[in-house]
Amino acid sequence: MDYVVEMLNIRKEFPGIVANDDVTLQLKRGEVHALLGENGAGKSTLMGMLFGMYQPDKGTIKMNGSEVKITNPNVANDLGIGMVHQHFKLVHNFTTTENIILGIEPKKGLTVDIKSAAQKVDELSKRYGLNIDPYAKIENISVGMQQRVEILKMLYRNADILIFDEPTAVLTPQEINDLIEIMKNLIKEGKSIILITHKLKEIKAVADRCTVIRRGKCIGTVDVKLTTEADMAKMMVGRPVSFAVAKKDTMLGETILKIEKLSVQNNKKVLGLKDFSLEVHAGEIVGIAGVEGNGQSELVEAITGLRKIEGGTIRLKGKDISNYSIRERINAGIAHIPEDRHKRGLVLDYTMEDNMVLEVYNKKPFSNYGLLNRQAITDYANKIIKDFDVRSGEGGASIARSLSGGNQQKAIIGREIELDPELLIAVQPTRGLDVGSIEYIHKRLVEQRDNGKAVLLVSLELDEVMNVSDRIAIVNNGELIGIVDAKTTNENEVGLMMAGVKGGSKNE
Amino acid sequence: MNKKGLVSLISVLLGLIAGAIFMLITGHNPLEGFKSLIQGGTLNLERIGNTIATATPLILTGLSVAFAFRTGLFNIGTPGQMLFGGFCATAVGLTYNLPSGLLVPLMVFVAFLGGALWAFIPGILKALFNVHEVVSSIMMNWIAYWVVYYTIQGYFKGNMETESRLLADTATLRAPWLSNLFGGSYLNLGIFVAILAVIIIAFILNKTAFGYELKSVGFNRHAAEYAGISVNKNIILSMMIAGGLAGLAGVVQYAGNANNIQIGVMPSQGFDGIAVALLGANTPIGALLSALFFGLLYSGRGFMSAMTGVPPEIADTIIATIIYFAATSILVERLLDKFVKSRKEKKTQSAALTGGAVSSTDNKDENYGFMPPNSSDSSKNNAKKGDE
Repeated sequence: MDYVVEMLNIRKEFPGIVANDDVTLQLKRGEVHALLGENGAGKSTLMGMLFGMYQPDKGTIKMNGSEVKITNPNVANDLGIGMVHQHFKLVHNFTTTENIILGIEPKKGLTVDIKSAAQKVDELSKRYGLNIDPYAKIENISVGMQQRVEILKMLYRNADILIFDEPTAVLTPQEINDLIEIMKNLIKEGKSIILITHKLKEIKAVADRCTVIRRGKCIGTVDVKLTTEADMAKMMVGRPVSFAVAKKDTMLGETILKIEKLSVQNNKKVLGLKDFSLEVHAGEIVGIAGVEGNGQSELVEAITGLRKIEGGTIRLKGKDISNYSIRERINAGIAHIPEDRHKRGLVLDYTMEDNMVLEVYNKKPFSNYGLLNRQAITDYANKIIKDFDVRSGEGGASIARSLSGGNQQKAIIGREIELDPELLIAVQPTRGLDVGSIEYIHKRLVEQRDNGKAVLLVSLELDEVMNVSDRIAIVNNGELIGIVDAKTTNENEVGLMMAGVKGGSKNE
Repeated sequence: MNKKGLVSLISVLLGLIAGAIFMLITGHNPLEGFKSLIQGGTLNLERIGNTIATATPLILTGLSVAFAFRTGLFNIGTPGQMLFGGFCATAVGLTYNLPSGLLVPLMVFVAFLGGALWAFIPGILKALFNVHEVVSSIMMNWIAYWVVYYTIQGYFKGNMETESRLLADTATLRAPWLSNLFGGSYLNLGIFVAILAVIIIAFILNKTAFGYELKSVGFNRHAAEYAGISVNKNIILSMMIAGGLAGLAGVVQYAGNANNIQIGVMPSQGFDGIAVALLGANTPIGALLSALFFGLLYSGRGFMSAMTGVPPEIADTIIATIIYFAATSILVERLLDKFVKSRKEKKTQSAALTGGAVSSTDNKDENYGFMPPNSSDSSKNNAKKGDE
């Protein structure tokens, strides 16, 4: 067999945990090999060893049949291994070319030879269909384009083996399609790709084979063409997973959230949300569908009070809360699962216990006369941790940073639901999570709705919006394009509306 | 002993080793040098008292920096706050003729207010206009310097052009019984002010809802804002408390260790507070201990120089080296991790797989260097996460 990379019987321990136990991954020349696993299954650790960030405790790594020791990322580079990280490592006020040549600048006398570098960048870009402008500044190009710069950076360094770490997490559906095309081009040109992901759809679309790991153990390698998504999901989670969200019929209650003619500025000081009106009733989930950056963040931040509004009103159960402070809104019954769990959702250096009382620490019984009641906080946190199956090393005493993304997210969702809110705003609640966690979180959102609460779901994943919501409001360029009934609409209709084509307002 | 404390101890040790090397290079016996350095600070009760007295303002400035640091602010304005707080107290002490039992507490109170006022300005500038507190508080240092310069010369001039009138003994923190207890040392009631401040600050940070708020703003102000905590209010309050603590350092220095205020001198204890906080891992108790250690070095260096001919600058070099190692504590921590790990590997090979959780290896990147911990670089965090 012609394997370019073989990782054989790899074992890696971190204090208190076996991250990889007897894992084997063999990459054939010219294939896209998916590495599938839940959060915390050990995917990144395995790839970290291939990229020289950690050393395996046991097992061998072979390249083209001979054993290699990859002691640091530079060695990996020299061996032709390149990694496209989930979080890009780019200098924002440099041009694409400057970023690509960073560290290996071609010299002409004492100066950097930008011209020939840009030429080479352009050539590579054309050859692989990346469509990169060598002189564009990073801060002026889209996230999808930035990712291509990362890819080109690897190609410029003559990488033959490309590792993509969750490449689609930050991309819009269109950009995902483009990326899949690019990956196919790369394969055509003789590269080999390892794709770390937990999105089964993408594996189906692009991968040839797939290695599944679960809790650090190798479950097996399958041929993607011969395996269904359900089978792969089962391998990954260890039990059958349902993709459809089971829901009872809605029992519409009173209007909880009423937004009228809301206008909000975005970060560029222009209106990011214009004359937006929407109602959310008790007992329903309203989904907001739209391509990223079309007013969703502005809407959510306006409702929660994180951003001030320019015009219009926000009412909660009839009361005008437009001028309420953030805390007053929380007390009035708004809970918010934030888009970015590291930025807003958690104080990463606090323990889980402290994080669980982030909004209620100053209320009885958690504090009396300004003094914290540790016992009450511990009990409360442990209840959430238990109810929401948050797994961590030391329970409530674990530092939030040490938890895996999925568990952090479950903790945040638990915390917000435990507030028993009238309105739950969930923004990208399953971003970057595996199918097991996604299923669980969807169930919890629906449960909230069944308990007669209002839920506003904002997601960039069309599938999620379509499956979970009762009604779908589509935004484009800060405007409400229309509201459709999730049961009677289809992906095509919503997709067109996301692109700004009006219609479908019949269900409003 | 927690890891941070261990890192501080290792920094001290490395600093001392470096000091020993300097002594060797300058042709002195390091053992003799250190012996007399320590003797200089602890030989008799008087020297011990003086060591503690030297440490007193350092405890307070260190506490000031550490407190601000914990809430995500870098208070580099301690010299100015200390000067202005001390000046306010001196002005009150020279102006009002009250019984000592009334006057001294009033002076302490006024010193706190003066320091708090001086830090309020950078606080509000940061909260309202996002002016970086480092820049504005350095400016405030110089404003304090010249305000005190002008006012002392204009209104409180003493025998010399460069200092204020002397405070009466009833208007200082000096207490004969305490001084006598320590063999005539200039130790004064200021140490009780400092210890009380350490206890109160530790209590606020660890036990109160207010401390919870302050720390969450320090660690992650976006999350604090999200949870409805007023970030601006906390920034201003935190700066004011930090400034007040530095102001207390002023009163213990100018109306305790000394009994007048000098003009044209920026108090070195202010900037030393940064080093104290750094070595003390930004904890109140750490600030207390590291200030005592610095006090020992400062008060012992003269004796060392007299006894062994080691230049007193060596003590300063040791301090500087220790700060250097404390500031690069990430390095020390890495070494420590490696050491612990290799020990563990020898001991045991078995570790159970626990849930889907990830255990942290080296993912605490708070409080490494000089900058406050609130700038969490997510890509760095991710790279450091053991697994996702």
